[in-house]
Amino acid sequence: MKVTRRQFIKISGTATAGLALMGLGFNLKPVEAYSLKLRTKNAKQTTTICPYCAVGCGIIVHSTKGKNAKVIYTEGDPDHPINQGSLCAKGAGLYQLVNNENRITKVLYRAPYSDKWEEKSWDWALTEIAKRVKKSRDASFKVKNEKGQIVNRTEGIAHVGSAAIDNEECWLLQAMMRALGLVYIEHQARI
Amino acid sequence: MTNHWIDIGNSDCILIMGSNAAENHPISFKWVTKAMKEGATLLSVDPRFTRTSSKADFYTSLRPGTDTAFLGGMINYILSNDLYFKEYVAHYTNCCFILTDKYSFKDGLFAGYNPKTRSYDKSYWAFEKDKNGIPKKDHTLKHPRCVFQQLKKHYSRYTLDKVSAITGTPKEDLLKVYKTYAATGKPDKAGTIMYAMGWTQHTVGVQNIRAMAIIQLLLGNMGVAGGGVNALRGESNVQGSTDHCLLWHIWPGYLKTPRASNTTLAVYNKKWTPTTKDPLSANWWGNYPKYSVSFLKSMFGDKATAKNEFGYQWMPKVDDGKSYSWLDLFDEMYKGKFTGFFAWGQNPACSGANANKTRKALAKLDWLVNVNIFENETGSFWKGPGMDPKKVKTEVFFLPCAVSVEKEGSITNSGRWMQWRYRAVEPKGDSRPDGDIMIELFEKIRALYKKEGGAFPEPILSLKWDYTTNGKYDPHKVAKEINGYFLKDVTVKGKKFKKGTLVPSFAYLQADGSTSSGNWLYCQSYNEKGNNAARRVAVDKSGIGLFSEWSWCWPVNRRIIYNRASVDRYGNPWNKKKPVIKWTGKKWVGDVPDGGWPPMLTPDGKLNPKTKYPFIMKPEGHAHVFGPGRADGPFPEHYEPLECPVPKNLMSSQFHNPTIKLFTTDADVFKTCDPRYPYVCTTYRVTEHWQTGVMTRWQPWLLECQPQLFCEMDEELAKLKGIKNADIVIVESPRGKVEAVAIVTKRLRPLKVEGAVIHQVGLPYHYGWVHPKNGGDSANLLSPSVGDPNTKIPETKAFMVNVRKKGV
Repeated sequence: MKVTRRQFIKISGTATAGLALMGLGFNLKPVEAYSLKLRTKNAKQTTTICPYCAVGCGIIVHSTKGKNAKVIYTEGDPDHPINQGSLCAKGAGLYQLVNNENRITKVLYRAPYSDKWEEKSWDWALTEIAKRVKKSRDASFKVKNEKGQIVNRTEGIAHVGSAAIDNEECWLLQAMMRALGLVYIEHQARI
Repeated sequence: MTNHWIDIGNSDCILIMGSNAAENHPISFKWVTKAMKEGATLLSVDPRFTRTSSKADFYTSLRPGTDTAFLGGMINYILSNDLYFKEYVAHYTNCCFILTDKYSFKDGLFAGYNPKTRSYDKSYWAFEKDKNGIPKKDHTLKHPRCVFQQLKKHYSRYTLDKVSAITGTPKEDLLKVYKTYAATGKPDKAGTIMYAMGWTQHTVGVQNIRAMAIIQLLLGNMGVAGGGVNALRGESNVQGSTDHCLLWHIWPGYLKTPRASNTTLAVYNKKWTPTTKDPLSANWWGNYPKYSVSFLKSMFGDKATAKNEFGYQWMPKVDDGKSYSWLDLFDEMYKGKFTGFFAWGQNPACSGANANKTRKALAKLDWLVNVNIFENETGSFWKGPGMDPKKVKTEVFFLPCAVSVEKEGSITNSGRWMQWRYRAVEPKGDSRPDGDIMIELFEKIRALYKKEGGAFPEPILSLKWDYTTNGKYDPHKVAKEINGYFLKDVTVKGKKFKKGTLVPSFAYLQADGSTSSGNWLYCQSYNEKGNNAARRVAVDKSGIGLFSEWSWCWPVNRRIIYNRASVDRYGNPWNKKKPVIKWTGKKWVGDVPDGGWPPMLTPDGKLNPKTKYPFIMKPEGHAHVFGPGRADGPFPEHYEPLECPVPKNLMSSQFHNPTIKLFTTDADVFKTCDPRYPYVCTTYRVTEHWQTGVMTRWQPWLLECQPQLFCEMDEELAKLKGIKNADIVIVESPRGKVEAVAIVTKRLRPLKVEGAVIHQVGLPYHYGWVHPKNGGDSANLLSPSVGDPNTKIPETKAFMVNVRKKGV
């Protein structure tokens, strides 16, 4: 029997937290199906790709609408040709990555020799980082190498990351770091 | 991957070696299972009996770090039993090329070795050329100095006895794997390899993969459905981040980072543009200047002009012959070279080899910027084990970033599919998309340089940085820049294009500054047809699962690369049931072919002068069985890991890879055949965690499934050391130690190597001291800071440790 996407959502909607982690199986208890149908009723659906390994499985994200929209449910995308709705434990748990009380949601700063974090504003932190970048760059910038060849590079700053950000962000990041003159640019692909 | 995930389902024989796909790429098994249902055989070769092994038709083990020997034995088996695919090997690979008489191989060393520099002069590995400068060929493969005969000679040394003695794999098991896999050498059969870090994280990592590539070429498995060399990449966008080159040695699209000796753009382009005298070779990299100039136009926009070499001098240059890779970076940091450091979406305090060295290095910095979702061992290193915050000067800025569903953009999977993701909700709390952080940070830096001046401000003031809409980072604007624009009204290949329109594909890029393209490989991803990465046509018209209108894949939406080798010289598919492409007499149908040139022969069997050889990225158009570009030799050769349990290399008197670089700080300690560290150790992953665990250790569901570090060991070793299941054990290397829960298991078995019994232990590397408490620390505290001479990827898959019960 060919299961359409709508039917699939209806069926797999029975997944409870424990079952969600198993990903590949679902149970058909009608009561639970009904309760979950209510939860995602009128929810907004967006598609995404799993943020863990590079199989690239499709996931549907259900969220509430409006100003303080929240993710209420995530599930494998049955239309996706690679995973066809299946997910592993990590992908099936995507909901808990987003709605996670352990996330750090404030900018933090640790002063030299301090034993604690302090909360800071974005503007303060980015302004201070910009000053540090300029100071380190100006102090370590090398126009010529030992052989007298022009190299125009910043030797006092290094960068690592990231295979966890989007393509567009990767491109921007390399553009920024190279414009700053960095040559020590590395990331996960090397290890 | 040369092929892609769904294509695994087309295979007749799947070898999973150097990866544990069922555990770490679980959904890949949807396609492994499909292939098996249709009759494919699954072979699992791994030091441990894994979840993958449990699904396999046949499993056998080997000692960590001996994969080249294992595969060398397979090459020998294929050649000595005449099981190679003759037409494919003779015409599509460089087996028919003839080497000059300078080439030789003696006792573990290739010709041209310089022991002082620990490197090779590769001019010793050259091909003989005719009067027109074209490599001489012998399609009969009989010339004593042709690659094929040299290959035969080289691997005749890899006998079953020798390979078994090195790997610890029983001879009958070796034969079973060799025989089963070699059966895919028939034209209508395909074998595939699924490998991952189990092959790369070695001092012979590149040669492990080269050995398999040679096997795939001998069996005619490249370019065909169900074949290929398939690296299973471990992070959602590690393919994309590699393509966009957040790496010291390459610019986006695998262009070279300029060396100091590349004094001008003209010198740079000349140096890195390969040439060929052979009119039948497409030599695609001959287009290099079009891609480099278009990249510079994307970097600097209108500020890049022909007069200023398109801003070439604004780009930093690296010294010739020097490496700036991960291991070098942390070595320099350990020596106090850097004042500032960005750890952006990465946790080096746990992820890299010799993590103690990395953690100490972080304390030498003046400032550290850490961008992440959760608290991690890098940002909080100053309060970690062995650190006294009062003595650590490093200032740390922790910037909280959004998770994937709180922003928009694309990622590229292992099969090169670029897939678009949408924003479901706004970022939580004060967290921000990484793109917004970059945009604002760079604007602040630029404002400072504008106001105060400073060292060489030109590149900072000239960088094109107009990627916002209503003050916010706009991924569509960057995606279009990556694709590239026509910057003037132009006519290319007889077609007219308007200034400001998107370039349809990289075939239209120019070297005169009239086009931009942030990454030529992604040119076609976002053109006037729209955002191709966002396509969702879930229909497969190919019959072999190409799904060509689902998302977009590089290059030019070609789903199986090297597909011109999937047909005979007349253009007919080797496997008529699973054709990738086919010549109709007028054009190619099926997948996007590797170039539209006609097949090599006309229907009457004559050479078609308009044709090109199928391996278009190689200057001579033939696949490299003989690989003269590698640092450690043109043929893979077995060398022992830097830390190993055996006193000698049975293949030669070269104990270790003769070209590896050794670091010399007090933190770089290595012990081989040292009775204090008698057991071989390897590291790996589990389904429920991801990489260093930063994203998964903080999730209660996943943490409950895999709560803490464990150490797997065989029953004999446990008995020897008085260790019972669930005991707490100390695992120690010359560089560090961790506490772990013992798992005594039959999944590991003692190996008989060179007449002695060798025990192995294994640990996952997902843990760290920040969270959960008592979950254990990183297994990378144990691993050695030594890497492959080509890639510099650290050897975290084979090193030596001791294990003992805690308190004993």
